[in-house]
Amino acid sequence: MGGALEKTGGEMEKEAAKQEILNFLESKSGSKTKFYFNDFTKLFPDMKARDVKKALSELVQEEKMMYWSSGSTTLYGLKGSGKKEED
Amino acid sequence: MPKHETPLLDQLESGPWPSFVDDLKRQAESRHQKQNEIEYQIPVDVVDDLLGLLELSYKEGEVHWKHGGIVGVFGYGGGVIGRYCDQPKEFPGVAHFHTIRVNQPAAKYYKTDFLRQLCDLWDFRGSGLTNMHGSTGDIVLLGTRTEQLEEIFYELTHNMNNDLGGSGSNLRTPEACLGESRCQYACYDSQELCYQLTMEYQDELHRPAFPYKFKFKFDACPNGCVAAIARADLSFIGTWRDDIRIDQEAVAAYVGGELKPNAGAHAGKDWGPFDINKEVIDLCPTECMSMENGKLVINNRECTRCMHCINTMPRALRIGNDRGLSILCGAKAPILDGAQMSSLLVPFVKVEEPYDEIKEVIENIWDWWMEEGKNRERLGETMKRQGFQKLLEVTGIKAMPQHVQEPRHNPYIFWKEEEVPGGFDRDIKDYRLRHPK
Repeated sequence: MGGALEKTGGEMEKEAAKQEILNFLESKSGSKTKFYFNDFTKLFPDMKARDVKKALSELVQEEKMMYWSSGSTTLYGLKGSGKKEED
Repeated sequence: MPKHETPLLDQLESGPWPSFVDDLKRQAESRHQKQNEIEYQIPVDVVDDLLGLLELSYKEGEVHWKHGGIVGVFGYGGGVIGRYCDQPKEFPGVAHFHTIRVNQPAAKYYKTDFLRQLCDLWDFRGSGLTNMHGSTGDIVLLGTRTEQLEEIFYELTHNMNNDLGGSGSNLRTPEACLGESRCQYACYDSQELCYQLTMEYQDELHRPAFPYKFKFKFDACPNGCVAAIARADLSFIGTWRDDIRIDQEAVAAYVGGELKPNAGAHAGKDWGPFDINKEVIDLCPTECMSMENGKLVINNRECTRCMHCINTMPRALRIGNDRGLSILCGAKAPILDGAQMSSLLVPFVKVEEPYDEIKEVIENIWDWWMEEGKNRERLGETMKRQGFQKLLEVTGIKAMPQHVQEPRHNPYIFWKEEEVPGGFDRDIKDYRLRHPK
């Protein structure tokens, strides 16, 4: 990824979305640690679901967020938050 | 001498059927025997502990698995289903017992060296227990520890040219029948389409963003060997739109007893001479067949591709030449609202590279379902909740007779206010001027 100056409008929008996702997760961290995908799409009513997914996937790649799955359903959360099954 | 006493499990071995307990015991023994040959990366007694844990569950009537958590390898949101035992001190071999789903090759064609590699890998880094195959079709590798996952993934992808399958709120591993590789009924190359769509939708397969699971299945003809119509959110079923090809000489040979019906599949018992009326014509669900002057006649406009006549007389009747597939959607198992079969959405589409028409339908459906689907709601439930008409709207498909099972049976088309001249609030007095009571 290039520096901030090289970023296109779409990428800047994505960066802002990523930050908003992190802010949202931190604001909820006292009460809830795992979220459905559509909890995030609700944050961005004007964005396409696929773009929200791209932002989430990047946050996972950057190890800021993690997936949690029961096997049938997948949720998202901040990396390291919540109780882990292996504990 | 087994590690744990298992009287309740032992009882299961006494029945007439092959028992999974036999298999587990054999594998437990094999692991101990080979421990000098293989440098096991997870405990040698994983299977012994699995048996012990299951015995405990049978005794108490309670499950000791915790599930959920781990979802895959780095960057993947599926393919691994985390399993942890809540009695790790007593059963350390199964403290972690994760399941790995591996994408099976199209139509499950294997080379023996691939199977050997897979089993060697799984003996080395897992329990050696497999499920060939899971319900969705994946190769299921049962039981390994967290620290082995990345190693297994590396080996699968770099040395075995394979990949993990789908789990969680993902596109699940797509599945195809044998199709054109072996089957004369195949109306399209189901394996090729399965492969191409698997490659196209890698992101959907590995990075979850759906409300729930989503399945593609590809049946190359309406016989439905992978049961797409019953199991897949999007079922791709081969069909043809011209006429069934008839070889009248072969029809006569079936009638005369020279050819065996069903290609001899029911030859184990004497069913008496073949009766074309009783066994074919009278069984046609749309009554579109008859014999006229010793020749078989089919009213192809009425045919609903039930396949019965073709299956019974495969030498005499063959699928048409103008072939493609139908797309149906919404099948699911009975968690909410009972089981549902797929409903016909696209009666016929040619299967031609780069499959853009098919992809357009898929992506329109996904956009709608991702937007409107509730959490843990399958496509079939969203369709039921919002109506088939809505599905037609989002896919840009016009309502057509093929969408209707029979008149007045499943009406799903409702007028919208803007489509009605004057809207829904028309003046009743004005109406009564023309239509007195």
